[in-house]
Amino acid sequence: MSNAVMEPGTLVQEPEAHNPVEPFLRMERIPHIWCPGCGIGTTVNCFARALMNAGLNTDKVAVVSGIGCSGRVAGYVNLDSFHTTHGRAIPFATGLKLANPELTVVVYSGDGDLASIGGNHLIHAARRNLDIKVICVNNLVYAMTGGQTAATTPVSSTTATSPYGTFEPTLNLPQLLEAAGATYIARWTTYHVKQLEKAMTEALKHKGFSFVEVLSPCPTLFQRRNHLGDGLATMKFYKEHSQTKHGASTADTGLTKEGDIVVGKFVVKEREEYIEGMTRHFTEHLGRPFEFKVRTC
Amino acid sequence: MHADPGAVLTGVHFLNGDQACCEGALAAGARFAAGYPITPSTEIVERFASRAPEVGGVFIQMEDELAASITLQGAVWAGARAFTVTSGPGFSLMMEHLGYAVMTETPCVFVNVMRGGPSTGLPTLPAQGDVMQARWGSHGDYEIIAVCPNSPQECFDLTVRAFNLSERYRVPVMVLMDECVGHMTEKVVIPPAEQIEVQPRRLTAKKPGDYLPYEPEEDLVPALAHAGEGYRYHITGVTHDEAGRLGVNAAAQDKLVRRLCEKVRRASEDLASYELEGPDDADVAVVSYGITSRVAERAVRLAREQGLRVAKLRLLTIWPFADSAIRDLAARVKTIVVPELNLGQLVREVERAAAGQARVIPVSHAGGTVHRPEDILSAILEGVQ
Ligand SMILES: Cc1ncc(C[n+]2csc(CCOP(=O)(O)OP(=O)(O)O)c2C)c(N)n1
Ligand code: SF4
Ligand SMILES: [Mg+2]
Repeated sequence: MSNAVMEPGTLVQEPEAHNPVEPFLRMERIPHIWCPGCGIGTTVNCFARALMNAGLNTDKVAVVSGIGCSGRVAGYVNLDSFHTTHGRAIPFATGLKLANPELTVVVYSGDGDLASIGGNHLIHAARRNLDIKVICVNNLVYAMTGGQTAATTPVSSTTATSPYGTFEPTLNLPQLLEAAGATYIARWTTYHVKQLEKAMTEALKHKGFSFVEVLSPCPTLFQRRNHLGDGLATMKFYKEHSQTKHGASTADTGLTKEGDIVVGKFVVKEREEYIEGMTRHFTEHLGRPFEFKVRTC
Repeated sequence: MHADPGAVLTGVHFLNGDQACCEGALAAGARFAAGYPITPSTEIVERFASRAPEVGGVFIQMEDELAASITLQGAVWAGARAFTVTSGPGFSLMMEHLGYAVMTETPCVFVNVMRGGPSTGLPTLPAQGDVMQARWGSHGDYEIIAVCPNSPQECFDLTVRAFNLSERYRVPVMVLMDECVGHMTEKVVIPPAEQIEVQPRRLTAKKPGDYLPYEPEEDLVPALAHAGEGYRYHITGVTHDEAGRLGVNAAAQDKLVRRLCEKVRRASEDLASYELEGPDDADVAVVSYGITSRVAERAVRLAREQGLRVAKLRLLTIWPFADSAIRDLAARVKTIVVPELNLGQLVREVERAAAGQARVIPVSHAGGTVHRPEDILSAILEGVQ
């Protein structure tokens, strides 16, 4: 460009900037539905980077979501993706993985979807130690339906269905998952993008049931209603109130409305994975190698 | 395509209906079953669990029927032929996922061994009270296929047919058995594998990039691609367009739901399956299905012994309903008698199809056992007058 002074109002042609995560997104479906200040998009950015880091053949990666704002992630990732029913992403993923163990199967959904309506499946998939990777976007509410109380909503929060504040005790997800038998458990917030990317990368590589909880703002329906500010204010809150404690006892990872948030990698364990166990078991039973021949079509 | 001989138990057997259903599924190529125990259906998956390892198959007992009814669908999208098995309360829990299979056009089979309801009802005793639930149990508008065997032999044959139809039309297909048929033991002849026709999956010939997951072929059925093959498609239970993009609006809904219904409706001739027997000049016809058809058989024999002209029509496919068969029957008999182990479900369809051309007499029964042949006979006698 010459040094000539431009007339005010002249459009400057900027060079087209490409984000390295674009190949992992269905760019033609963007703009997405998420609100300004929502944290879900940030988690997707971290996930795309984790896919790059993990060096997987992405033809063999499938994402399964349930229903909710977080459940819309499946629609935006440029992978085989399944948008299932509310709460049932994990059992769908179980079938997908068992029929084709070569696939890397990621379940990406919300706290309500995975831990309330789908809580039973979460427990049993962790118990089985089936090699699926669960990314739980925890925005502390049922956002898509208008911000109702969830099992994860901190006590004394105002929600659409708790106009006088919540009084039910809050579910501590890492503790539940550890008790159920998950072999990788981490929690970060959308402020911790680097750590989150790393945790997602580790989960993608971990052999066994992995659970990554991401605290994520829902300014539209949670923070605003609770006078906790906008998306940016929530990021500040995450920054100031997070305490990184790798290996923390999951008994101490409970969440309160305005208290500290324990983040980190809480559990990494070795335990026989479900498909490995099944193969070993049936090989012993048959007296010859058990071969998966599930894919008959 | 023919069945894989490695999994077909060719020969003459003495099996109950549940066991025969399992053998039918194996013969049809099913190597994946997800279930949750419930009487009187459990023997199907118990047998599958014992047969699966030797044929490289997988049975997983899920934590509930909500899970089982979608686990099988995950397996289908990875390339399996899959089914689930349940009864009464479990069938109610599966309804959302029956709809998911309709909407996502997932070929799969749901077996329901009917027992008495509502609620826990009669866990170990027969009924036919789920025939309308099979048709309308999931929310929204849809068309569905359901077959209804009346013997262990047919449990084998119709389970194979159920898998084939599900692949042909990409719809969930139901096998509606009942406690009596499931638990009755009879001779079952399993043919050689090369005599068992297996419908191949409608896999796309298109390359990734050219493929749209919901682009219909000429018969309105789209071709499928499995996960992990580079297609990078989006499958959703939300109203969608041919590319799988969400379309939450009236126009997208109209286009999609009409196609989903029409692909089954226009195939109704291929789908209809019934047995018609009796004199052309019959005065009365008995229309029945499942175990009730075997009691009706005796009632018809007793009526004929009294010199009455009675025809019988047995439905092997109950959904889509055999409208034209009933219409033709109604045009030539005075009365149609409809015994069923419920308080009047399929009889409404018979009345609708008969459209006033013949009198329709229901013979209802709340379930728990089968009809007394005499009760069906009295309805026949009433119908002659
Ligand atoms: C069976 C069923 N019940 C209820 C709903 C309505 N529903 C849709 S999304 C949702 C809550 C989602 O919450 P969460 O998983 O936390 O996702 P978020 O929107 O907060 O990201 C509910 C209750 C549904 N779709 N299906
Ligand atoms: S409602 Fe909340 S969770 Fe949903 S998109 Fe908006 S900010 Fe995100
Ligand atoms: Mg939520």
